[in-house]
Amino acid sequence: MIPSPLKKLALLPLLLALSGCDWVVMNPSGDIAVQQRDLIILSTVLMLVIIVPVIFLTLFFAWKYRQSNQTAKYDPDWHHSTKLEIVIWAAPLVIIMILGAVTWTSTHLLDPYRPLDRLAPGRTAQGVKPLKVQVVALDWKWLFIYPELGVATVNELAAPVDTPIDFDLTASSVMNSFYVPALAGQIYAMPGMRTKLHAVINKPGVFDGFSANYSGEGFSHMRFKFHGMSRADFDKWAADVRKSDGRLDGTRYLVLEKPSEKVPPQRFASVEAGLFDKAVNRCVEPGKMCQHDMMAIDKAGGLGMAGTTNVTTLEYDKRVRRGEGGIRSFVAALCAPKSAPAEAR
Amino acid sequence: MSPDLVKTIFGRLTWDAIPFHEPILLGTFAMVALGGITVLAALTYFKVWGYLWREWLTSVDHKKIGVMYIILAIIMLLRGFADALMMRAQQALAFGDAAGYLPPHHYDQVFTAHGVIMIFFVAMPLITGLMNLVVPLQIGARDVAFPFLNNFSFWMTVGGAVTVMLSLFVGEFARTGWLAYPPLSYLAYSPDVGVDYYIWSLQIAGVGTTLSGINLIVTIVKMRAPGMSLMKMPVFTWTSLCSNVLIVASFPILTAVLALLTADRYLHTNFFTNDFGGNPMMYVNLIWIWGHPEVYILVLPAFGVFSEVVSTFCSKRLFGYSSMVYATVVITILSYLVWLHHFFTMGSGASVNSFFGITTMIISIPTGAKIFNWLFTMYRGRIRFEVPMLWTMGFMVTFVIGGMTGVLLAVPPADFVLHNSLFLIAHFHNVIIGGVVFGMFAGIVYWFPKAFGFKLDPFWGKVSFWFWQIGFFFAFMPLYVLGLMGVTRRVSHFEDPSLQIWFVIAAFGAVLILVGIIAFILQIVVGFMKREQYADLTGDPWGGRTLEWSTSSPPPAYNFAFTPVIHQIDAWHDMKQRGYERPTTGFIPIHMPKNTGAGVILAGISIVLGFAMIWHIWWLAVASFVVLIGSAIVHTFNFKRDYYIPAEEVVQVEDARTEALRSLA
Repeated sequence: MIPSPLKKLALLPLLLALSGCDWVVMNPSGDIAVQQRDLIILSTVLMLVIIVPVIFLTLFFAWKYRQSNQTAKYDPDWHHSTKLEIVIWAAPLVIIMILGAVTWTSTHLLDPYRPLDRLAPGRTAQGVKPLKVQVVALDWKWLFIYPELGVATVNELAAPVDTPIDFDLTASSVMNSFYVPALAGQIYAMPGMRTKLHAVINKPGVFDGFSANYSGEGFSHMRFKFHGMSRADFDKWAADVRKSDGRLDGTRYLVLEKPSEKVPPQRFASVEAGLFDKAVNRCVEPGKMCQHDMMAIDKAGGLGMAGTTNVTTLEYDKRVRRGEGGIRSFVAALCAPKSAPAEAR
Repeated sequence: MSPDLVKTIFGRLTWDAIPFHEPILLGTFAMVALGGITVLAALTYFKVWGYLWREWLTSVDHKKIGVMYIILAIIMLLRGFADALMMRAQQALAFGDAAGYLPPHHYDQVFTAHGVIMIFFVAMPLITGLMNLVVPLQIGARDVAFPFLNNFSFWMTVGGAVTVMLSLFVGEFARTGWLAYPPLSYLAYSPDVGVDYYIWSLQIAGVGTTLSGINLIVTIVKMRAPGMSLMKMPVFTWTSLCSNVLIVASFPILTAVLALLTADRYLHTNFFTNDFGGNPMMYVNLIWIWGHPEVYILVLPAFGVFSEVVSTFCSKRLFGYSSMVYATVVITILSYLVWLHHFFTMGSGASVNSFFGITTMIISIPTGAKIFNWLFTMYRGRIRFEVPMLWTMGFMVTFVIGGMTGVLLAVPPADFVLHNSLFLIAHFHNVIIGGVVFGMFAGIVYWFPKAFGFKLDPFWGKVSFWFWQIGFFFAFMPLYVLGLMGVTRRVSHFEDPSLQIWFVIAAFGAVLILVGIIAFILQIVVGFMKREQYADLTGDPWGGRTLEWSTSSPPPAYNFAFTPVIHQIDAWHDMKQRGYERPTTGFIPIHMPKNTGAGVILAGISIVLGFAMIWHIWWLAVASFVVLIGSAIVHTFNFKRDYYIPAEEVVQVEDARTEALRSLA
């Protein structure tokens, strides 16, 4: 009886070879994702050095020392061998030391926060002006702002090939994860926070992008197409976007961020300056104090009782959006002493 | 009645909460109700209520509590697996224009419930049950240190399970994923009762888990038979000790983090909100500081089972006992230093990510050493391929693959492309099914004759093993592939038709596992019907090596008439070698704890309290809380907690065993 695991294992190299077809993680089009793929293969091979002998020995010992095989040596009290024990601790240790070194260097080299120093093997990124893209994960679609081009798109992302892309990411309501497998690994997009991702696409083409972190009802369709284009095509694309009508300002953003599903791509010819920073600081809505301002005040010691007047301006979560409704009431007035400002009482 | 009065009486609870409009749920409810009524009617007809209440529900006997834990786990396994089948079916169907049969609203509850149930109400009761059943027997004790606490812990776990099951028919369950990350689990984004069901079921069950952890630690530390020094403890007891240390050290973190989430949801505090300086990342950190040790809580006892099974069925002493113990302890400590690997993609920076990546890999060293120890136990053994040994072999081959993909995921840049993908799903099912489930099944088949006095049916046992093993590969290898194709988890509908074939294969695998589960139950049913044929009169059906095999199967209420004295590792094997003679005279009365219904009552009130909190029925919450505390205080005045088994009765039981053993000879 050859158990099925063995067959599966024999298939493993075949599986890796097969990765040529449509396994995007094993056959990506961006330099960062390619290096991440290489790391997967290297680590797997390193570990197979231990795993294959273990599986082989398990099956071999099971067969050799089966009860019916009375010719095999039987040594019921053999339970210790210093030499062997050194080997069984040392062998995994050596592999992990190698893998640990690989991990340390690759984690630093492929840190999403680190600006690229190469576009592809042997091609430096020095002197190539990066494309800045600001990403906001909305309920349940993606907003891309191109601050240098002054345009914005929804559920459509484009970038010229062989140009570093600097992503800044945030989210409007709940956590999502920005992931274009062909381009680079994912990074969380979180409300009130800013994350970064540096990547480059090396081949023109249309690739899938999506949220890789569950974010509620419309999550399954929170997908977009990422277009890798030649420089000329990209310029043409940018010009097309500029020709579309519509301006993305704060008011439009507040409409856009309301929950919606399966949103078709949209284009905005112009964008309000600083909109992304307001999205990060959760103060797109008029009358909201930006988080960085509040933090600056708090850092300086806060406003004391006067700060209670800020309460309503600091509530960002839109409770009406996902079904609860109702505006929350505050009781600051009851707690305020007579010396507090009149509006707080 | 005025709407205000109705709201005061019923809180948020209205007729809309009953899912009359969902045919799947209604059908399930009808089946559960029908099944429940049949069981209740049968119990009444055969007049076994009194027997059940006296001998089982109120029992403080660790063996019976252990068995009840395992029964709970198997019942909840059926529910959790039904969820799995529903997900597999949905993902195999929902491509392109076909929306499948589950809308996101329902699908999202299904995957959340699947995770919660499988971890908290299947895996946890399985390990706690097995530890309860076996540990006191292995260390030569008469019961656990705090027998009433044990009964109470069990019923609180049941209370949590009942609360989860209630959400199926009254209201709904969380749609947040099994860890309920905020801000999604916050009021603004999950305003309905789902997350509240999640919180209160885990809090109720958590009381039981934490208390049972304390109980078993004290039992192992204080109640070992004379001569059993720490380094002479059976490996299963060692792994149980480490697992319970982890429980006691980590479950309070879960309790605290859920309490903070509760405060956010009920009192409008801002620990994890987007507003007022709250920080959801803090929740993610805290829940994984519990969550990562949790997986070792589950897998360590399974490692212990494999150690016992391998040495028994290879008829050979375990290779490298001390290295096994040290490996277990090292894993216990390291399990606290790796939690951040669950969210490398949060942007913690390269040095932090590398640190947690490398600590994670280091865990594979002691784990690897354990695998080699089992391997060299087989070397020069005489291997009997009984069902527990099959599960162990299946584990060794399956688990190393899961371990390998786990180390791969620990490399941060590799995790960036595989995080949250179906590759990850395949990985953790690979280690949890290959490790924990196979381990617990091996343990159940191995110790079943000890608990009930007859072996399980080996034919159905083997069928169960092969269907699980092959079904596992069919169900999860496609998920590895899909992960490498960039498919992420928790998606209820796909556009790309080329993915469908892999989901169909995975669904086929799930059906094979279903056959495995049915066969698992059949081995018990058939074993019971042929119990005369499979009876174990010796108390030592497998040629065991540890103390539990020295007493009768099933053991008497007091386990051991005389506390054994230990001289060697593998105490029972040592006793057999030295020609141990069972004492047949000189029996004295035995001091034992008395059964009590307090556990059932307290857990019942806790369910009411949880329900009242979930539905905002404040008067009921206050009332049940007062009654709960009151009942606990009243119980402390129950001084009739112990009794003596008279010497005559001990003589009677032991003479019967002497007679049985003589008839065999």
